[in-house]
Amino acid sequence: MSRLEVVKTGKLWIGGSWPRSESGRTFTVEAPDGSVHSRCALASRKDARDAVEAARAGWSSWSGATALLRAQILYRAAEMMESRADEFVSALTLEPSLKPASARKEVGASVDRLVTFAGWCDKYQQVLGCQNPVTGPYHNFTIPQSVGIVAVLAPPTPSLLGLVTMVATAAVPGNAVVAVAPRQAALVAVLLGEVLAVSDIPDGAINLLTGDVRELLEPLASHREVQVVLGAGLSKGQRTSLREVAAQGVRRVHALPWKQDDWLEDHLVAAPWQLERVLDFKTLWHPCAV
Amino acid sequence: MHHPVDAVMLSQRAASFTRRSLKADAKRTALRLAVSMVDLTTLEGADSPECARALCRRAIHPCPEPVTPAVPPVAAVCVYPRLVPVVREGLLGSAVKVASVSTAFPSGQSPLELRVQETAAAVAAGADEIDMVISRGAFLAGRLDDIRTEVMEVQDACQGAHLKIILETGELGTPDNIRRCADLVIDAATERGELRDGSVFVKTSTGKVSPAATMPSVLLLLESVRAHFRSTGLRLGVKPAGGIRKSKAALHLLVMVRETVGPDWLQPSLFRIGASSLLDDLVRQILWTSRGQYAAMHDVGVT
Repeated sequence: MSRLEVVKTGKLWIGGSWPRSESGRTFTVEAPDGSVHSRCALASRKDARDAVEAARAGWSSWSGATALLRAQILYRAAEMMESRADEFVSALTLEPSLKPASARKEVGASVDRLVTFAGWCDKYQQVLGCQNPVTGPYHNFTIPQSVGIVAVLAPPTPSLLGLVTMVATAAVPGNAVVAVAPRQAALVAVLLGEVLAVSDIPDGAINLLTGDVRELLEPLASHREVQVVLGAGLSKGQRTSLREVAAQGVRRVHALPWKQDDWLEDHLVAAPWQLERVLDFKTLWHPCAV
Repeated sequence: MHHPVDAVMLSQRAASFTRRSLKADAKRTALRLAVSMVDLTTLEGADSPECARALCRRAIHPCPEPVTPAVPPVAAVCVYPRLVPVVREGLLGSAVKVASVSTAFPSGQSPLELRVQETAAAVAAGADEIDMVISRGAFLAGRLDDIRTEVMEVQDACQGAHLKIILETGELGTPDNIRRCADLVIDAATERGELRDGSVFVKTSTGKVSPAATMPSVLLLLESVRAHFRSTGLRLGVKPAGGIRKSKAALHLLVMVRETVGPDWLQPSLFRIGASSLLDDLVRQILWTSRGQYAAMHDVGVT
């Protein structure tokens, strides 16, 4: 007996729920032959606002979790992604220019990237923090802390590896993340949401929107609750307007410079120094016994 | 003559007010109106004079930066009786009223004479408004005369201070009970006559019980007040309180007031919203309309 076709609708992932866009808008993801593969939600300014509200609630539980627990959760996300690798590969190969072998390589690298960042969760403090020499009977420590809410504007390519790398970078120290995946990355963003949703991440700690960076850049970068904006694959005009908007509220913006193959290089994109973009450093003075 | 409330139609009617489209100009006006109707409330065991003073400053100047049109002060600051003198002093020279809960808030489980004494003490300490609770247990047990008596005795102790009567709708069970209870306390409070518009309020909840000020329960109070107005010409106030945290919820309430009892009630002397965190959200939305950027909680809050 023939079955009715069941087509998946990609939704947003906000605060642990899967709402449609409040605007009701969607866009079509096409299969290589031009037929309709699926439809995804086209996030609006208000969805971005809702995601930031959810992130604010998620930040307290995510940053309050122990470093070990964050590591375990990110590692579990890697496990979940590994077991769904085929699904990711078929989503990636909807882009005709991406050959199955390259797609498989990207999925493998994304899983490994999660494992790498899971490992950094309880180690970056030792590498980036320090005890400073001071003149006087004091201990003087500098310790890294999460900054709050990080907005991620993910690149169109490599769609999965770029998104995973940027989200994990922001999440390692306990920041809450609001990530925007462009249309080309929408399907993998939905799959990533499904992976994260079964990985025990607190609701709202990571939120995924699919849509146009052009539309969401300004409301996110100007939102006073957002502390850092990480962008990649942005046009020159977008980089400029990002800096202009963020300057009004003295927010940090980082347009990541990496080209296509750079994303595969652990020593570049998964180095602990990359975490400095999403950290605050606090220095403490403490009297020591003479 | 009491007609039973149709619970299905009630919730449908109440939900219909949440589907109005408010345009930008109306929203700007409504957000400021909502601020002017807030009874800024803190009712925690941990409240200190310092908290109360900070709350008074926020009540007078809710918005951290100048915007056009200006943001009005809130209607009142609502505290426990012990903090009334502090609030009195903190609000000196402003139009913001001092409100005190009373009558063994929130349960009302004390002997009547103590509740009356507490009220008299709060008024003597400088409260302009008294928020009393009724004995829900007595109502549910059918001892309606007890309710009548306590309302009248507390009202006597108010000595002209405005009285808000809390039904605690979340404990009354059915819509029918809420409507009957509202009619009962209105009847008791107006029995002696010689009241002015807005000197008696019916209030949904203490904020300590969930559900609190749901749209249907507020609609019931509005309808009860409307019935009283139609038969006597006296305008009583309505105060939803508890669980109203977002601007959107406040705007829904204003729509419901406008369409149920009419625009006359759209003023702080006849409609109040009891809330603590609502003011933060109202101010955030006002800042959004003026700056074009979403505001953060730390832009507006005291904490």
